[in-house]
Amino acid sequence: MNVSTDSYYLPHESRWSILGSIGLFSFMLGAGIWLDGYNVAGPLVMGVGVLCIISTKFGWFGTVIRESLAGRYNLQVDRTFRWGMIFFIFSEVMFFGAFFGTLFYERLFVVPWLGGAGNMFFTHALLYPHYRALWPTNGPAHVGGAFNQMPTWGIPALNTLILLSSAVTVTWAHWALKAGHRRKVVGGLIATIALGATFLAMQAHEYYLAYTHFNLTLHSGIYGATFFLLTGFHGLHVTIGVIMLTVILIRVLRGHFTPERHFAFEAVSWYWHFVDIVWLGLFIFVYWL
Amino acid sequence: MTESVALPAEPHHAARRGLMRWITTTNHKDIGTLYLIFSLIMFFVGGAMAMVIRAELYQPGLQFVTPAFYNQMVTLHGLIMIFGAVMPAFVGLANWMIPLMIGAPDMALPRLNNWSFWILPFAFTLLLLTLFLPGGAAEGGWTLYVPYSLELGYSFPFMIFAIHLMGISSVLGGINVIVTILNMRAPGMTLMKMPLFVWAWLITAYLLVAVMPVLAGGVTMQLLDHYFGTHFFSVAGGGTPLLWEHVFWFFGHPEVYIMILPAFGIISEIVPTFSRKPLFGRTSMIYALASIAFLSFIVWGHHMFTSGMPVSADLFFMFSTMLIAVPTGVKIFNWVATMWRGAITFETPMLFAVAFIILFTIGGFSGVMLALVPADFQYHNSYFVVAHFHYVLVTGAVFAIMAAVYYWLPKWTGHMYNEFWGKVHFWLSVISVNVLYFPMHFLGLAGMPRRVPDYAVQFTNLNMISSIGGFVFGASQLIFVAIIFATVYGGRRAEARAWEGAHGLEWTVPSPAPYHTFATPPEVAG
Ligand code: HEM
Ligand SMILES: [Cu+2]
Repeated sequence: MNVSTDSYYLPHESRWSILGSIGLFSFMLGAGIWLDGYNVAGPLVMGVGVLCIISTKFGWFGTVIRESLAGRYNLQVDRTFRWGMIFFIFSEVMFFGAFFGTLFYERLFVVPWLGGAGNMFFTHALLYPHYRALWPTNGPAHVGGAFNQMPTWGIPALNTLILLSSAVTVTWAHWALKAGHRRKVVGGLIATIALGATFLAMQAHEYYLAYTHFNLTLHSGIYGATFFLLTGFHGLHVTIGVIMLTVILIRVLRGHFTPERHFAFEAVSWYWHFVDIVWLGLFIFVYWL
Repeated sequence: MTESVALPAEPHHAARRGLMRWITTTNHKDIGTLYLIFSLIMFFVGGAMAMVIRAELYQPGLQFVTPAFYNQMVTLHGLIMIFGAVMPAFVGLANWMIPLMIGAPDMALPRLNNWSFWILPFAFTLLLLTLFLPGGAAEGGWTLYVPYSLELGYSFPFMIFAIHLMGISSVLGGINVIVTILNMRAPGMTLMKMPLFVWAWLITAYLLVAVMPVLAGGVTMQLLDHYFGTHFFSVAGGGTPLLWEHVFWFFGHPEVYIMILPAFGIISEIVPTFSRKPLFGRTSMIYALASIAFLSFIVWGHHMFTSGMPVSADLFFMFSTMLIAVPTGVKIFNWVATMWRGAITFETPMLFAVAFIILFTIGGFSGVMLALVPADFQYHNSYFVVAHFHYVLVTGAVFAIMAAVYYWLPKWTGHMYNEFWGKVHFWLSVISVNVLYFPMHFLGLAGMPRRVPDYAVQFTNLNMISSIGGFVFGASQLIFVAIIFATVYGGRRAEARAWEGAHGLEWTVPSPAPYHTFATPPEVAG
């Protein structure tokens, strides 16, 4: 039913995954050592981990690309990759879901409770009678001191525009690939990468402003915490997306992909759209409402 | 379902020999074996900790360990048994059996499969390492409740990162299982014809991919609170410790179903085989699995009745929790109906399966008791809860795993295990496990709190009985290991269809299953 006539490609050994595990292990071991206060040993062990992880990525994906170019992958393998990517993105959705859930729970329930809503009247009256439950907040103890929100219609709105246009350019590149216009593909990808990089630069600037002008920091109570958590992890995902798009660009320049078979391209564009949609959620719930 | 005849023998080889074979292998049977061995080792590591706990609780007062060390034992025991023993055992079974059951040549993503496994030993190295740090290991309980958890010293980051690693491993493994089932089935193996074990794993894998990232997100927030000055869990900054409970149990309740759905699948394979009847209500079994999985996302609040939720939330979670008893009841009914008027024989797998049905039901009943808000106000954090979850997890999940091992060991090794010793293992286990856990119901109802190394003298007798049960149960598992070793290295030869009443593609390949199976997909007739 689900099987095409030629056989499913099964690799016989996996040399890279053990290096990947060692990499993850030493990265996390190093991070732990560092957090425990060893500022030299920790980063060193982490560095070893990062090197292992990077070589794993190169080695592993390199092998897969070589096998793909050699025509080892039939349509069934292609479907495997597609399903795999879909469920990987689903897991990422749930990861962000936890953070959005945190934001909603804090903002809609916890902060009003702290202000005496529900049956919390006495808790509020006895423990922190001066606390007024308004959003944004840094809590009854005003941790981190007074701060300001980022204005919605400045950098965040611009960044929304940038990411939305990058979704258009990546789709444009995809259509061009399907139509076999490789120059347009290259153009579309370069535009997308440029937009992504601009987004990141703007966000870096925004963080700089937040810390220097708005006193909005990680320490700014629950508002600062959720703000940096959501935007930070999103920014990390944009960074990963830009790196992946760059790899795809290099592959296009090297003549990889055909109008019919270009799973890696599509996977990266799915990922990019996912990052885009998360941003829309961020723009609406973190910056706007 | 009719099955094709045995395939011609395939080359029997691995790419390499020695240690490198196991490190680089992409073969689902090798990886399944690795998972199962790892799980067995962790079962004993976690079991040793349980022995420390039961030794300390044998008498009131402090005899052997400090309260802090006791807390570390409770915490590590929980984490190791859940993430190190039960989950990897099920993943091992999935690896071995799913390709054989759906007629696939291997798992869909063999390299990823290797990676999913080889993350685990490192994760547990990181976790166990904390035992040797100044201040000792993690000691907030497996639920990592804040603020206890945030007060940990050196061990804190390693515990968090170990959980991240376990999460990565589970998500990758889950993705692999889903893709294998969706994309690798032999022609004619429609979704509705799939064996129940495969169905159970499809749904389990979906749960894994859905909730492990939530746990990862949660522990990340703990890390930020501990080291980077955020206030997710502190009221001073407008956060709340309750947030952790919500995040954790949004993961945690589906997680307990991750540990029981594959068990349901196993029982649904074994009961028909030894009753020599097809599974009763097959379709309803599948729908029951799916509805349990769905409901498992909306019941998490039943762990938080006493933590402070609005009454409306208490009511919602109470009713949704009790709803789960309906599909669970459907399953129990169908297993019993399958046995009804069957030509039953009681080989060891069937003994474990029958014990599972009875004892898991006891755990289900105590669960329904705990789901009642006013009652849970009394039971919460008492030994009654400990009794509940050990009935569902030990006599539930662990018994199902043992049943599965006895059931499929002939397929894996080509030898039959020794039936006499299997039965000895079963009877010792089933009696001692009840001596171990049944008194905990009474202890809990009488008011003994969980997670304490010392207790009031009136609880002494029941605790002694329980500890004796515990030591016997622990010792009985040595028989299990001995049987496994003996079967790997010898024993009566097993036929392809090791059990006369067994159906399914896995029984059409020779025993032991050749290194590569179903390179050309079998035909599954309608
Ligand atoms: C009919 C089905 C079930 C119901 C109604 C149910 C209900 C509950 C409730 C209400 C609690 C919270 C008790 C408290 O802390 O006060 C609980 C705890 C627990 N349940 Fe269940 N349960 C069911 C099945 C299961 C299954 C199948 C498993 C695992 C295989 C399981 C594992 C656990 C665990 C591990 C805990 C304790 C968590 C902790 O606090 O450490 N339960 N259950
Ligand atoms: Cu639960």
